[in-house]
Amino acid sequence: MVSIAVFAIISLAGFGFFAWNMLKIRSNIRLGRDLDRSDKKSDRWKTMMLVALGQKKMFTRPIPALLHLAIYAAFMITQIELIEIVVDGLSGDHRVFREALGGFYTFIVSFIEILSLLALIATVIFLSRRNLLKLPRLNMAEMNGWPKMDANMILFMEIILVSCIFTMNGADEVLYNRGLSHATALGDNSFGFSISSFLGPILFDGMSDGTLHTLERVGWWGHIGMVFAFLNYLPYSKHLHILFAFPNTYYSNLEAKGRFTNMESVTNEVKLMMDPSADPYATPAEGTAEPQRFGAKDATDLTWKNLMDSYSCTECGRCTASCPANITGKLLSPRKIMMDTRDRIEEIGNNQRKHGKDYDDGKSLLGDFITEEEIWACTSCNACVQECPVNIDPLAIIIDLRRYLVMEESKMPTELAGMLTNIENNGAPWQFSPADRLNWKDEA
Amino acid sequence: MSLHVPTMAEMMAKGESPEILFWVGCSGSFDDRAKKITKALVKILNECKVQFAVLGTEESCTGDPAKRAGNEFTFQMQAMMNIQVLDGYEVKKIVTACPHCFNTLKNEYPELGGNYEVIHHTQLIQELINQGKLALKGGGTFKGKKITFHDPCYLGRANDVYDAPRALIEKLDAEMVEMKRCKTNGLCCGAGGAQMFKEAEKGNKEINIERTEDALATGADIIATGCPFCNTMMTDGLKNFNKENEIEVLDVAELIANAADL
Repeated sequence: MVSIAVFAIISLAGFGFFAWNMLKIRSNIRLGRDLDRSDKKSDRWKTMMLVALGQKKMFTRPIPALLHLAIYAAFMITQIELIEIVVDGLSGDHRVFREALGGFYTFIVSFIEILSLLALIATVIFLSRRNLLKLPRLNMAEMNGWPKMDANMILFMEIILVSCIFTMNGADEVLYNRGLSHATALGDNSFGFSISSFLGPILFDGMSDGTLHTLERVGWWGHIGMVFAFLNYLPYSKHLHILFAFPNTYYSNLEAKGRFTNMESVTNEVKLMMDPSADPYATPAEGTAEPQRFGAKDATDLTWKNLMDSYSCTECGRCTASCPANITGKLLSPRKIMMDTRDRIEEIGNNQRKHGKDYDDGKSLLGDFITEEEIWACTSCNACVQECPVNIDPLAIIIDLRRYLVMEESKMPTELAGMLTNIENNGAPWQFSPADRLNWKDEA
Repeated sequence: MSLHVPTMAEMMAKGESPEILFWVGCSGSFDDRAKKITKALVKILNECKVQFAVLGTEESCTGDPAKRAGNEFTFQMQAMMNIQVLDGYEVKKIVTACPHCFNTLKNEYPELGGNYEVIHHTQLIQELINQGKLALKGGGTFKGKKITFHDPCYLGRANDVYDAPRALIEKLDAEMVEMKRCKTNGLCCGAGGAQMFKEAEKGNKEINIERTEDALATGADIIATGCPFCNTMMTDGLKNFNKENEIEVLDVAELIANAADL
């Protein structure tokens, strides 16, 4: 009875705290500007199925893709076992589905065990890639401190989780063999699970009944405890991608990558300028909203999708590893753009909750997080967008930051100011006369 | 052979309208190297008797570099003025030899009211060959040579055009070799996003040098591109390695014009 009550309280607290944190993230994302992504529903579902569920873009690098798949598949399938753990936990039963499901139960748990073992191997390889092989993209400047620790914590938690599964099943296997398991005896002397039916006897055979019962409980409680710990770690971690990959790919930009957003507010201005009958001194119509800032200075000037992108980033660094500016030693790292955006919107959200909606901490995304040097190094080549396994678009943020700098502050590299003047004066980025445009026709 | 380059204004005066408008672009009009690409394409169009016209002095920058640099005002002013001119001539279809013009006209003009069918010149040339309008007689002077293709970002990743230029190169009597970073993984030449018009930020290398190394590693004799900016960047990259006399940077249109003895 006590254990049922403890389990119920842990579950309630675990889900409750998680939901509370997720609502905070949701409200942070909603601090972004409007953007309509309610169209093309069937294309969106398809994109989500292929890119998030099917991990299509991961497979451009087959080895990490397979390792990642092992962890991903183990995670997905283990959810089935969690159902039983929750039912057992709340009812006080043990392996409640075994009798009803029979051979299918053995199959499912065996499958979970095989995937868990693969996941364990993958986790160890991932840890060594990060910490021993020191893969460059996982060890860049923006990864120092918390991001590196975050990555390792996730992997360690994964190892504890899998160890708990094998401790639980292995100890229970030996107990069952001795006729002492709390699972209903079905007249056989083994659960017959693919790995623990071998591993259990090897590890635990000589142990006393009491120790085995304790070990089995440690495995069981450790497993479910880790699950809740993991769940509640997600909102603080880059690991949130396991959830956000789905909505983020659903709301992907489905247009050609080369198409930059059109700024409606500018269109209205330009139309006015080109309309000879427009009255430049006319007062704006009643109910006209105050004009928004051109481009983005702070994270709240970005769209909600840009912000969702930032929460979906798991800092894998494929964007940065493919960025021509970064490859050639420039300061720009698309991954850092995403991390900065997330850190900044978190900060704004927390400030607003603490000090009220209008609180201004005097900081901004551009300047305090991202420097002008970074955004001017971008060639808008879309390599980062192409690479991202969950369809994040760092380029959209970079361009919005440029727009703010150029249109609100007239700040840009001097050569670009010259280029823009040329376009305005003679319709070409260089100083050539428009009258000479067709001269090539008659040149030898 | 003299080039036949009618303007929209001339055609309109004669009461004619062309099948397609050739949007020459600023590079194609003013840059000495890019002008050769413009002429190669005109030769192909003339040979195939394509009814085309150019805007001539009525053409103006699409606004691409302004938009990439973050100046939406300048971009939209350019776009609106160009759309007025294009719609005035009732233009339906546009070909351009510049992926930046291509992308902007195709993807960014519709929202401002300019709706045209826009194709890259490699797509048009492929169409002409497939229709039997253009025969590659001698196969050109490429026998025994290796050609690699550098994907322009605004043609490839930005618009998913990877096949047309490759299909054309494969028609030549030459060996097509890919760089280790190609197609969706292609590395930028360093000129996009208005970088063409400014110095690069501080780093340890120029992007075009990094890209030229990719090209050199293939052992290619010719680096083919489909973009005047890429052409400049790759040519400069070769000069850095003192390879400009051994290796040529050519636009796909130039390769085809050569192969068709034009």
